[in-house]
Amino acid sequence: MSETTHEGAVAVNPPPSPDDGLSPADLAAKYGLTVSGARPSLPQYVRQLWERRHFILAFSRAKLHAQYSQAKLGQLWQVVTPLLNATVFFFIFGLLLQGRAGMSNSEYIPFLVTGVFVWTFTQQSVMSGVRSIANNQGLVRALHFPRASLPISFSLQQLQQLMYSMIVLAVILVGFQHYPSWSWPLIIPVLALQLVFNTGLALIMARLGSKTPDLAQLMPFVLRTWMYASGVMFPLQYLLEKRAGAPSWLVEIAAANPAAVYMELMRFALIDGPRHQHLDPQVWLLAIGWALLVGLGGFVFFWKAEERYGRG
Amino acid sequence: MAVAEKASDQENAGKARLEKAADSVAGDQADPTPPIPTVIAEDLHIVYRVSGGSPRGKGSATAALNRMFRRSGDEGVRKVHAVRGVSFTAYRGEAIGLIGSNGSGKSTLLKAVAGLIPPESGKVYSDGQPSLLGVNAALMNDLTGERNVILGGLAMGMTPAEIRERYDDIVKFSGIQEKGDFITLPMRTYSSGMAARLRFSIAAAKKHDVLMIDEALATGDRRFRKRSEARVRDMRQQAGTVFLVSHNNKSIRDTCDRVLWLEHGTLRMDGPTEEVLKEYESFSGK
Repeated sequence: MSETTHEGAVAVNPPPSPDDGLSPADLAAKYGLTVSGARPSLPQYVRQLWERRHFILAFSRAKLHAQYSQAKLGQLWQVVTPLLNATVFFFIFGLLLQGRAGMSNSEYIPFLVTGVFVWTFTQQSVMSGVRSIANNQGLVRALHFPRASLPISFSLQQLQQLMYSMIVLAVILVGFQHYPSWSWPLIIPVLALQLVFNTGLALIMARLGSKTPDLAQLMPFVLRTWMYASGVMFPLQYLLEKRAGAPSWLVEIAAANPAAVYMELMRFALIDGPRHQHLDPQVWLLAIGWALLVGLGGFVFFWKAEERYGRG
Repeated sequence: MAVAEKASDQENAGKARLEKAADSVAGDQADPTPPIPTVIAEDLHIVYRVSGGSPRGKGSATAALNRMFRRSGDEGVRKVHAVRGVSFTAYRGEAIGLIGSNGSGKSTLLKAVAGLIPPESGKVYSDGQPSLLGVNAALMNDLTGERNVILGGLAMGMTPAEIRERYDDIVKFSGIQEKGDFITLPMRTYSSGMAARLRFSIAAAKKHDVLMIDEALATGDRRFRKRSEARVRDMRQQAGTVFLVSHNNKSIRDTCDRVLWLEHGTLRMDGPTEEVLKEYESFSGK
């Protein structure tokens, strides 16, 4: 009984059983055992994620609170950081380079702050997405849960952070005499669409980043280029076409990129000024299209490698 | 769906069978009910691919440039054949010890059973999702112990109500409140023993069909080890299967009734605890 290799288990529990003659695969089938670590089907995966919804929410909230737990000013940094960014941009693009297309301070400052806050939402989602698997390797290797919980959770964390920023933005808007109007509630569908887009992008980056950690070093440069191409701190058409002499098709491409689209919608909803009177309805179509394409595409792309995360 | 229903049927049947299984351990060899398998490994091979095995190392700039220009993918990647053709079947209610010298493939085998490393060839079948509890299973170090308990429970699939109900038990079992109010401090401030105890307590709060413990009990102090060994026995009573990797033969003796002995990635011996340990001890020269 000692030197057994294959049927060793049977040797330990000697009662003769009708299962003796079965091959491992047949035995597994008979008792409903499944292959360990196999990727679930897409509907199953969605159901598993739904079952983990409490985890996803609690995790994003916990991460949000832990983020600045070692800083003296604590949670204040959530708002102070983008505001400081906006101040720097104001001096460089608003005063030094005069990239404001003749907007008065009372229109340009809300324009700039809205742009920075909306952009930060996407930027941070991408950055935390890239690191979401690699930075939580311990959790991934210790516990079984659908891995998409992590990037989704980080996008939600960024949304909650944006909520604090929105309060500050409202104060700034009112300070520059942009009072709440019928168009303000439009920010809810805009944020919802941007959240779907960001989550999809975070999922894509999470899969890429789990395989190629070098991306975390590269992304800041990619993101900075994207930021300048989206007109965070200047009106795109004015700076590209009037100032740099770029062809109009290039301006159209830049204006159709998702970051520019969500920014434009948000500015249209909140800011009341000569440059924010009209909005091409096709911008809404672009916003929905980007959200669906990247949101769904990113989810499927991430799911395809589900069984491979946390290995190696 | 069909699988889920079947599993719950088995759960009920499993409880009845467990009592019989206990009888059969006591010597009732004529019991006709077959034991219910929970993990089946079939001719399992696991190969690690390690890039950066070249003497110059992965991180050096020249090595990186070399890799970029020489497109032949496999160069510099070394293969480590960690598990070579292991087969076994584990049953409901068993506690199985894994022994073997360092680097013999014990932890790798457990990771494969948990579905965390894809096998090179062969297959692992399991009942539900096996959970692996390792020494390095770091939870979230920047969060408080309290949040780790809640998040760990949620990640394992417990509902918020279940966690509220068991929270006090988990904290009490871990014993980390004995030295002061540590549960409200971030986990990075814990000693390694305290962190390991909290991790074990969280993992042990849920009913696992298959639980694998990788040396996690070694870090706790003697009192905690006794408590956790008792908990492992409880979990076996609840018709689960427990795997335990340990270099401490005494804790294997205390908790396991069957032992797998791995050496160089192959299964050298599989049998009742006493027999295998006797061989192993004479092999390792104790």
